Amino acid sequence: MNTVFKKSAAGREGVWPKKPEKCAADLLPAGLLRGKSAGLPSLSELDVTRHFTGLSKRNYGVDGNFYPLGSCTMKYNPKFAETVAAMPGFTRLHPVLPQLGGAGRMCQGALEVMYETERLLSELCGMKAFTLHPMAGAHGELTGVMIIAAYHKDKGNKKTKIICPDSAHGTNPASAAIAGFEVVNLPSKDGIVDPDELAKVLDDSVAGMMMTCPNTLGLFETNLPKIVEMLRSVDALLYYDGANLNAIMGKMRVGDAGFDVVHLNLHKTFATPHGGGGPGSGPVGVSERLVPYLPVSRVEKLEDGQFFLNYDFPKSIGYVAPFYGNFGVVLKAYAYILRLGGQGLTRATENAVLAANYLRKRLDTVLEVPYDRVCMHEFVASACRQASSCHVRALDIAKMLLDKGYHAPTIYFPLIVKEALMFEPTETESLDTLDQFADDLIAILAAAEKDPSLATASPLTLPVTRLDETRAARNMELTDDL
Amino acid sequence: MPYVPHTPEDVRRMLDVIGAPSVASLFDEIPASLRPKSFDLPEGKSEMDVLAHMESLAGKNACGQVSFLGAGFYDHHIPAAVDALSMRSEFYTAYTPYQPEASQGTLQAIFEYQTAVTRLTGLAYANASVYDGGSALFEGAMMAVRHTGRRKLVVCEAVSPIYRVMLGSYTANLHLELVSIPHKDGCCDLAALTAALDADTAAVIVQNPNFFGNLHDFTALFAAARAAGVVSLISVYPVLQSVLKSPGEMGADVAVAEGQSLGLPLSFGGPYLGIMTCNKELVRQMPGRMVGRTVDTQGRTGYVLTLQAREQHIRRQKATSNICSNQALCALRALMHLCLLGQEGLTRTAEICIERAHYAAERLTAIPGVKLMSGGAPFGNEFAVTLPVNAYQVIDKLSARGVVPGFPLGRYYEGRENALLVACTEKTSTEAIGIFAEMLRGML
Repeated sequence: MNTVFKKSAAGREGVWPKKPEKCAADLLPAGLLRGKSAGLPSLSELDVTRHFTGLSKRNYGVDGNFYPLGSCTMKYNPKFAETVAAMPGFTRLHPVLPQLGGAGRMCQGALEVMYETERLLSELCGMKAFTLHPMAGAHGELTGVMIIAAYHKDKGNKKTKIICPDSAHGTNPASAAIAGFEVVNLPSKDGIVDPDELAKVLDDSVAGMMMTCPNTLGLFETNLPKIVEMLRSVDALLYYDGANLNAIMGKMRVGDAGFDVVHLNLHKTFATPHGGGGPGSGPVGVSERLVPYLPVSRVEKLEDGQFFLNYDFPKSIGYVAPFYGNFGVVLKAYAYILRLGGQGLTRATENAVLAANYLRKRLDTVLEVPYDRVCMHEFVASACRQASSCHVRALDIAKMLLDKGYHAPTIYFPLIVKEALMFEPTETESLDTLDQFADDLIAILAAAEKDPSLATASPLTLPVTRLDETRAARNMELTDDL
Repeated sequence: MPYVPHTPEDVRRMLDVIGAPSVASLFDEIPASLRPKSFDLPEGKSEMDVLAHMESLAGKNACGQVSFLGAGFYDHHIPAAVDALSMRSEFYTAYTPYQPEASQGTLQAIFEYQTAVTRLTGLAYANASVYDGGSALFEGAMMAVRHTGRRKLVVCEAVSPIYRVMLGSYTANLHLELVSIPHKDGCCDLAALTAALDADTAAVIVQNPNFFGNLHDFTALFAAARAAGVVSLISVYPVLQSVLKSPGEMGADVAVAEGQSLGLPLSFGGPYLGIMTCNKELVRQMPGRMVGRTVDTQGRTGYVLTLQAREQHIRRQKATSNICSNQALCALRALMHLCLLGQEGLTRTAEICIERAHYAAERLTAIPGVKLMSGGAPFGNEFAVTLPVNAYQVIDKLSARGVVPGFPLGRYYEGRENALLVACTEKTSTEAIGIFAEMLRGML
């Protein structure tokens, strides 16, 4: 498909405002104006509509395709939440309104949404308080690690290291590094954190440890109570990466379990759409001792029921967002929590775990499952058998699934499993879908074994076949003008 | 249960296949000591009841006033087609394009977005976006730190204070030195900025229009920076970039922007869009996703995520940034907005905004005691006036009567308690400006 710029025709009218009486040159000195036009395209509204409708048809999304992308919780996004986020009483609200002295009164509804969402998330996770400011999961991680740093600085602790298990998402070590810490990688044993290995790297210089529980293998960290005790002994804090919260709602609260900081991914657990890669939202919850370090502002409720923003927290890490985070995303998650309630959220978790275990059992005869025991909301299989018997790799299996109209599972992650295929079916997919998917995958694997060239040539039914990534990196054609 | 399709019969069948006696038994690995001590969440509600509740909360927000608020975030008209097209579920229910063959729609859109924003800034390369204008500014500064190996950032005080406090928070543990160069009555002090550049400086950071709405040509400053081995980093307002001298024309190395003004509603602070562009020298320091054009096995054009060796899922703690996703849907909306307006539409929008702001300045300064804070300095769609009284007083009185007159500069700038920052867009009617001016005249 041609780029939108190639479709431009000089003089064709789009959605233009009326021509102003004065032009820029009448109002401003010539030295401040552009010499060369930006060269944006000229298109009719129908040109633009056809172009983007055409592009949309070259995409898989949850509404059209089963999307078992492990670690991403691609559950169905209910439509009413979009209706909520599009209400003019929210979309038209200027973010500086509450800063205008008494003008907090002009946005009481929005402040109430923030206050109530923080309260609900705190109860759900067993944390003392939440901030909604972080704008994505990785941003929540950075915020959480900055809070850990502020805690130790305030206590006069000299701490330089953060421990990350080898099964961690790549964002964990990257977030710790960008917050100024040295990262210590911890090898797993039997797929989970091993207290003996932890003891080897744990000393007074450790500021904290980042854990995902269940971890990225979909396994519950059964040594958790021991780990909490070990970290407490050196005044190191325990961080919970909420990427996998969909596995534990109503079954465990991270605060009760001894975690000090947690970030959530509202776009995963709370069904806000992923948007093709964003916007997300990554609220951070803390235990009581970390409350003073939360970012400013914080929303509070007065005795008369009015809400206001408090900026007066001298120990705060400061500002991580221009305002209050991705409010439009928070709205959708809040509406989703109200719709499901505590019981509905627990049922979501139960059915997510049920579906993952069902799919695991349906597939463990055809794919190797390295840790083949009860999993939580996702499981990791391996194509190592296929790779050695017929040179069909995880990547090939992913591409064959695309040809069948499924999005692929996450592949080659976590790094500790060879030829990894990570499946997360979520609670919203019916048994019919799960069965059809398992049947199709089993058939695909059988066909690939007979004729591996089918696998390596796929996909064949999509707008493009496999793409030359080396050429893309070498040529660096990042725009239509290069 | 809503959104969970499994019937009791389905559950039984699934448990049989798993070989588990009950759903509860699947959670046996969670020890009793870790079970919730409380789980006091409300009962679920019907869709109708949730919508009614949210309508009532939305109704508690006053959105009907005439508003002159800006401060970097502007209420522009969004073509209806932006909403209609961006709500195609193939776009908004997809995730990061990890499987390029099944994500050509998202990938080509990001490639086109990268093209559109580089045309606006006049720099050759862009990434797929970051969270917002403030995080873009921080990431731009870190690009300069890595590129130069230096640790000092020279920041103009007329850069948005909202972004400067973010920069302060983010850099708190990174052993960087932030040097703030005071503004002169709302104008950037070009001589002082130039004088501050030395062999330890990684970047000089400015904004156009600056927070006070004033416009500058930074060509000479950027040339001096280049001579001193300093990276020039500028934050811009994308709508006005249709007419203003571009960062590329001024010789900037990195240009960032808040993209909210391109098709995104104000929505009480987000989701917004952090636009990042740079020249070739710095492209490998760019954080986040980037999309590149290539060919498939049959020679057809296609698009992929590229230069991923910079990123966290490959480099882990050695990555250029911890950023994982981008603001893809916001970037898509910005691209649609730019395509629907086109060059002529965006230019007209900018000209109307500037024209209205100049009309408003004329009407307000006709009131005795009201003066332009920066005298005759050129400004775009926003300007600062000094009032004979505290700006908060004016805001309280006028907003009670349905006009939000602007932003109180005293909130961020000591000694500017009487200064008010006033913004106009194409949605600000001349009638509204007249009402504001008459109300202000009446109360002073």
